Amino acid sequence: MQADIQELAKELGLGLDLLGCIQCGKCTGGCPVSITTALNVRFLVYEALVDALPDLGGMEELWDCTCCFTCVERCPKDVRPAELIISLRSQLVESGKIPGTIGDALMSIFRQGNPLGFAREDRAAWAEGLGIKSAREGCEVLWFVGCVPSYDMRSQAVAKAAAKVFQAAGVDFGILGTEETCCGNEVRRVGEMGLFEMLVEEGKPLLESVGAPTMVTTSPHCFNTFKHEYNLEGMEVLHYTQFLARLIEEGKLTFSGKVERVVTYHDPCFLGKQNHVFDEPRAVLQAIPGVKFVEMDRIRERSLCCEGGGGRMWFEGTNTEERLAFQRVHEAAETGAEVLAVACPFCMSMLEDAVKVQGLEDRLKVMDILELVAEAM
Amino acid sequence: MASRPRIGVYICHCGTNIAATVDVEAVTEFAKNLPGVVIARHYTYMCSEPGQALIKEDARKLGLNRVVVASCSPRMHEPTFRAASQEGGVNPYQFEMANIREQCSWVHHDRDEATAKAKALVVAAVAKAARLEPLEDREVGVTPGAVVIGGGVAGMVAALDVAEAGFPAYIVEKSDHLGGHVADLNRTFPDLEPVAEWLPGLIERVQSHPNITVFLNAQVARVEGYVGNFEVTVSGSKVSGSGLGEPGTHSLQVGAIIVATGYKVFDPHRKPEFGYGLYPQVITTLEMERRLAEGDLAVDGKEPEHVVFIKCVGSRDKQLGNPYCSRVCCMISAKQAQLVRQALPDTRVTVFYIDVRTFGKRGEEFYDEARRSGVRYRRGNVSEIYRRGDRVVVRVEDTFLRRTLEVEADLVVLAVGMEARQDTDEIATLLKLPRSADGFFLEAHPKLRPVDTAMDGVFLAGCCQGPKDIPDTIAQARAAAASALIPLLRGTVPVISETAVVDPELCAGCGMCVEVCPFGAPALDPLWGVSRVNAVLCKGCGACAVTCPSKAIQVRHFRPDQILAQVDVLVE
Ligand SMILES: Cc1cc2nc3c(=O)[nH]c(=O)nc-3n(C[C@H](O)[C@H](O)[C@H](O)COP(=O)(O)OP(=O)(O)OC[C@H]3O[C@@H](n4cnc5c(N)ncnc54)[C@H](O)[C@@H]3O)c2cc1C
Ligand code: SF4
Ligand code: SF4
Ligand code: SF4
Ligand code: SF4
Ligand code: SF4
Repeated sequence: MQADIQELAKELGLGLDLLGCIQCGKCTGGCPVSITTALNVRFLVYEALVDALPDLGGMEELWDCTCCFTCVERCPKDVRPAELIISLRSQLVESGKIPGTIGDALMSIFRQGNPLGFAREDRAAWAEGLGIKSAREGCEVLWFVGCVPSYDMRSQAVAKAAAKVFQAAGVDFGILGTEETCCGNEVRRVGEMGLFEMLVEEGKPLLESVGAPTMVTTSPHCFNTFKHEYNLEGMEVLHYTQFLARLIEEGKLTFSGKVERVVTYHDPCFLGKQNHVFDEPRAVLQAIPGVKFVEMDRIRERSLCCEGGGGRMWFEGTNTEERLAFQRVHEAAETGAEVLAVACPFCMSMLEDAVKVQGLEDRLKVMDILELVAEAM
Repeated sequence: MASRPRIGVYICHCGTNIAATVDVEAVTEFAKNLPGVVIARHYTYMCSEPGQALIKEDARKLGLNRVVVASCSPRMHEPTFRAASQEGGVNPYQFEMANIREQCSWVHHDRDEATAKAKALVVAAVAKAARLEPLEDREVGVTPGAVVIGGGVAGMVAALDVAEAGFPAYIVEKSDHLGGHVADLNRTFPDLEPVAEWLPGLIERVQSHPNITVFLNAQVARVEGYVGNFEVTVSGSKVSGSGLGEPGTHSLQVGAIIVATGYKVFDPHRKPEFGYGLYPQVITTLEMERRLAEGDLAVDGKEPEHVVFIKCVGSRDKQLGNPYCSRVCCMISAKQAQLVRQALPDTRVTVFYIDVRTFGKRGEEFYDEARRSGVRYRRGNVSEIYRRGDRVVVRVEDTFLRRTLEVEADLVVLAVGMEARQDTDEIATLLKLPRSADGFFLEAHPKLRPVDTAMDGVFLAGCCQGPKDIPDTIAQARAAAASALIPLLRGTVPVISETAVVDPELCAGCGMCVEVCPFGAPALDPLWGVSRVNAVLCKGCGACAVTCPSKAIQVRHFRPDQILAQVDVLVE
């Protein structure tokens, strides 16, 4: 079994190194869900090593992993333990033993190119009348909008803010409209490797055919997979916070208004921990006139996961009582911030829900950095 | 030119190691008919007394002037057979070896093919032997004295031994004081002896020793020469009876150099998950030494209720590029945890560990004492630290409980590991010392030559070679001193004879050999514009010979005509 799993991980292109593990516990110690759920990634590695894994079908906690990769970042032996979870999930996917909501999301991606169950034809409806050109006409910057900003009402506001900001800065950008298809970042992480491969096979030539030297993504999740897993040729992939920081530095993005608010910032795992983009989002926020920027305690490499990644947008988790997002919004409120700034559609959704459930609506507003920038234009 | 070759060839069975695969009789018969061969024999063990006697007797009786032994690798027995040849009156450099064991019988199965290959190796060796010229064994004189770079315990102890043996020792210390890291320590394991009770005495002995000169705020600027005769240029201030002199440049002539530059402690800013530099509650074991010495364990003016130690910080970590264990931090944690228990009996002390490696003499007993004093050992590699009120939270999985905990603490001590100093490269470049993958200086052999380096006459002492505690540091320092004393006491050093020589008629003065030589042996003669090799520095590696476009520089014993003769008979 041990050899099988190691072999499987290798076949799936995962860098898992079971034999490197010294069972130190650094992974589980830092795992955001290890206190609230039964998931213990260190112990899973041990069980895999000594051929003692129980029946996977009964291990619902495998779906609790948010793929924040804190364990991967910190493992002193570079075992990449989360990739064991992805391998095990892929076995469950093969045998069809996956939570129904995840199955629905995957089916929707397969049929409609998005996990939210909406029709492909409606993907660009949010952009109507905004004067956004099709990337097909040729552009300097291909903006990959992403599924959630395209369909989710709350996130559409972020997409519109982005369009406003790019236009104001004179960026020559275009979008793929109804041709744009899910990036597959979460697809890969829930272990649906076949579907992910298909998305890459179709997506890579499409993206490359635009001929834009730069792609900017709204979501850190799209950014992550395009940057590391698509092997895109002739195209630099940037998250929008990196792009905005660059525009500000070059003097292309200037502000005429002010945002007189106290703002704190939540690092998305796929941008921060996994890609070490810590400074640019902060630089953008601090460039906005009027913003008083304050930090929470758990930031950057020690940021607390919002629990929205790795398929958790489509799966409630085994512990619906204690959510990390609940802790997070309290921490944000304690800084005295009026705005909890985010840079990821999943964080937006998780944290905004948490603000509501925790009754903090009159104290704390969750806003995307793009919205704050747009407000100050 | 050399005398007409009279060659003796000896084929070894090596028990059955060779004879089982190679037909030694056939090879012997074959060798008898080779040009210049006067006698060919085979024998069970050529390296044995009777085997060597065969060579000596034949050489005398038959007037041999060349000897070829076909047996094992020259690494092992070339010196043996050279000596035997010499005793028989043959110049030891007119001996050649054919390796028919490692390069033949051990790697082949087919007897016919192996025998054919053994014949080929023998014919090549005979062809080369016929062209070998006699060379002389050489020696050079030694300048008495040693330079010791670094004035920590390693450097001080090594210098004292050199000085006690009656030779001048010069300590070159970069900082403004002697003692190195130990000067910042409080008490030392495994006996908890206060450093103040032994270090000042050691420093005093060094400073007052008539044979020792100390330079402070000093650095080695240049090293020239070779084993036995180094010229070391030091910039810094000489310490004399009246105190520290003016900064200046000093030229020191010595026969040996001891490197004792120590280590640096790991900088925990590189482990951002611990919030070092962010939380005043998080400190390193080095900072803890000072606190323990000053009896100041309070945080924010309050006595800590809970002190947590985190081990392996910066060690055993592939992602950081420090895959090794630092070997001292388990003992340091056990020491400091115990001292906290003694100073504050009401304070809870927890050590989080991956493994407990308290291996040295009295190490395990020391660990027992730490636990007996009330220190709680819990297994788990701490993952993260964050704030909770005015305390910090240590987030860690107790792997025995299989549970992730949020442990509140008032003081967290990071057991930082040891790393090679950032300036290791400077010394490495000056002395042409290789470094191992972990960044520390590389010893010549991991088991057999732990204090020697690739450079003759340069020795390693203490943590510059790898992490160690004080007892191991001192043991290695004394070993380095003893090794450095060998040339100093003997007064001469042997130098190899198979060195490069330049034919000034052919040399175009392009300087390519100067550039390529890893040992700095060739130099362009300023007057004649041609290259000259310092035969004491030359190791005979041959890099110059293959580089020289004019074929002007050649290595004795490995001249092109000698090697080509070998190749020619093989190709025929
Ligand atoms: C917190 C802590 C606690 C410890 N406690 C103990 C203990 O209780 N017991 C124990 O046995 N060990 C202990 N150790 C280990 C001990 O510190 C080492 O074993 C010892 O210091 C090694 O001595 P060294 O001379 O090799 O190196 P160092 O002490 O590092 O001395 C090296 C010296 O060389 C000098 N130098 C460096 N580079 C140059 C250069 N280029 N030119 C000139 N000079 C240079 C430095 O300035 C320094 O003075 C502890 C270590 C730490 C970090
Ligand atoms: S952090 Fe790495 S080495 Fe440690 S238990 Fe987890 S997987 Fe194993
Ligand atoms: S990826 Fe994150 S959630 Fe998943 S096991 Fe690792 S630390 Fe836990
Ligand atoms: S000595 Fe102990 S604390 Fe130090 S690196 Fe080795 S195991 Fe870790
Ligand atoms: S490489 Fe050859 S020609 Fe050039 S300086 Fe050296 S010996 Fe002379
Ligand atoms: S043989 Fe090697 S060591 Fe000798 S001079 Fe040539 S390059 Fe230098």
